[in-house]
Amino acid sequence: MTAQTTGTKPRRITYREAMREALREALRSDERVFLMGEDVGRYGGCFGVSLGLLEEFGPERIRDTPLSESGFVGAGIGAALGGMRPIVEIMTVNFSLLALDQILNNAATLLHMSGGQLAVPLVIRMTTGAGRQVAAQHSHSLEGWYAHIPGIRVLAPATVADARSVLAPALADPDPVLIFEHGGLYNASDDPDPSAGPVDIERAAIRRSGTDATVVTFGGCLPKALAAADQLAGHGVSAEVIDLRSLRPLDDATIMSSVARTHHAVVVDEAWRTGSLAAEISARITEQAFYELDAPVERVCSAEVPIPYAHQLEEAALPQAADIVAAVRKAVG
Amino acid sequence: MKADHTATARGARGTSGSKQARSARRRPAAAKRQPHAAREATDHRRELLRQMLLIRRFEDRCVELYSAAKIRGFVHLYIGEEAVAVGVNQALTEADAVVATYREHGHALARGVPADSIMSEMYGRSTGCSGGRGGSMHLFDAARRFYGGNAIVGGGIPLACGLALADRMRGENRVTCCFFGDGAFAEGEFHEVANLAVLWRLPLLLVCENNLYAMGTALSREHAQTDLALRAASYGMPAWPVDGMDVLAVEAAARRAAVAVRAGGGPCFLEARTYRYRAHSMYDPDRYRDKAEIERWKSRDPIDALADAVRAEGEPAGFVDEIAQKVDAEIDAAVQSAEQAPLEPVEGLLRYVTSPAETS
Repeated sequence: MTAQTTGTKPRRITYREAMREALREALRSDERVFLMGEDVGRYGGCFGVSLGLLEEFGPERIRDTPLSESGFVGAGIGAALGGMRPIVEIMTVNFSLLALDQILNNAATLLHMSGGQLAVPLVIRMTTGAGRQVAAQHSHSLEGWYAHIPGIRVLAPATVADARSVLAPALADPDPVLIFEHGGLYNASDDPDPSAGPVDIERAAIRRSGTDATVVTFGGCLPKALAAADQLAGHGVSAEVIDLRSLRPLDDATIMSSVARTHHAVVVDEAWRTGSLAAEISARITEQAFYELDAPVERVCSAEVPIPYAHQLEEAALPQAADIVAAVRKAVG
Repeated sequence: MKADHTATARGARGTSGSKQARSARRRPAAAKRQPHAAREATDHRRELLRQMLLIRRFEDRCVELYSAAKIRGFVHLYIGEEAVAVGVNQALTEADAVVATYREHGHALARGVPADSIMSEMYGRSTGCSGGRGGSMHLFDAARRFYGGNAIVGGGIPLACGLALADRMRGENRVTCCFFGDGAFAEGEFHEVANLAVLWRLPLLLVCENNLYAMGTALSREHAQTDLALRAASYGMPAWPVDGMDVLAVEAAARRAAVAVRAGGGPCFLEARTYRYRAHSMYDPDRYRDKAEIERWKSRDPIDALADAVRAEGEPAGFVDEIAQKVDAEIDAAVQSAEQAPLEPVEGLLRYVTSPAETS
């Protein structure tokens, strides 16, 4: 490949590499940015996202931490207050519960509690989701819990292009942003358009247009929803697939305008059904687009069980493309 | 159960090395004939006394106003512990940062947060230091680098760690001072940060206000090893106890610690052995401790002790009343200001949840 073609030819990269490029770009462009977390440095990140960054940026900015989630997430909040732009990596959302105090009681509330004096420009990245047979303490999808909290922004990049693009606007946000990276997506690859501009993190994306039903999903369920839409096309059902991208705030406008066209809605969420983000979206559709609906909103969620280890049990617990196909067919009658 | 700081004597010994403390006892009585340096020392003590009196009398007023239902919510009083906030603050500069607890009226006042903005906050007024969103437990003043006002026990400690980390990464020679209690010492967040701060050599001054009770649970019922400074030292940082009822001892210890922290060697830990005279909060019936114990501690009152010492230096007998009158005038003005200030408007309920969008 010559130098002339390098800049224009799309490159096929993985979701993991896309996130790494975004981190590298952020670290290069702003000296206040640093990455902190368990095994982000010498190990290269527990999912390999930060591999090679220590060598380029050094141990001050690619900062390995002890296993002290509350301590280092809180330190990220304090460092943000002190003028830095920290990116804190938590290995998985299950472990983030050890830092929930800091995320909720400090990061999300300080601005309000201080009457607007203390903004917390912090980015927290963490892995979420199941599908890798790592059982009930590494597999849950708790991003909906975080989406419950006023004062933080919650993002769930579901594509390679979004993995490359959401970090910069997240760092530009004066308030805390949580980025959920589904573990099943790290090896996904694509050739994102290098000339694509910055992504609007406030807006959902329509990943596939359709006319008969709206499938609302995000994160690791997006590939399943797109596969389901392919299968539905074979049955003569045209499904529109919306990738929320932002879980808080929710882009109601994109959802409602789609439902107004398709008159059927299916929400797909890897979390448990009870009290889920899927429940919130379903409620909003009922509140805002009830008279557009030709059928009740359907939900496809995980079974209400701690995610099991055995492959067949885990697969049975999670939303699958076949479940989405069935739900859409039920909705459209 | 008898609750005393068994090692207080050790703490007091530790501070007797202070030159200031020694010279105080040798100073001749007549104030007018004092040499310049001695006059300065007396003036400094008068100022410490003023600050402690301001905290004490401000909080006495809070009790009255709470009883009159002028202020509500949880109100945790610092009465008895004034020497700690005032003494430690002497070692800090305006550039340093302070992170405090929910019992933080004293820390805020010692830091210079105006009494009227604190009182207005408790009144829920627009002029309150947190715009009426925080109340007694969440006083903030960014301009004075006063970072609250944290009501999760131990929750402010990681925050302080991060402020210190930012200073270290930015090459700022500043100290972040974090106050917390003996209850917080049992929280994981303290131990996570003690390890992190030593590991990363952060400019952090950890001040444990050991008032012997985590709400209603006595120190010996919550800690297997009650010598907290000893345990803190195990993380590899200088740590020592100090008599928290002696403002000069606290000041000397804090200065020594702040010098060490500023020198770049990493954090220091002070265990200020102190006592709160009042119940945990205004809701607490205080059934878990003995009245005689409270009286015993009151006999070591930090304000009385300093007043006696300054009087012995030749200040006129009525000098405390004179300071108290000025302090009361400041508090009266704060209450009047809060009474007259507009209520924080309900229309602004959703303000400050997220930062306002930048207009370009």
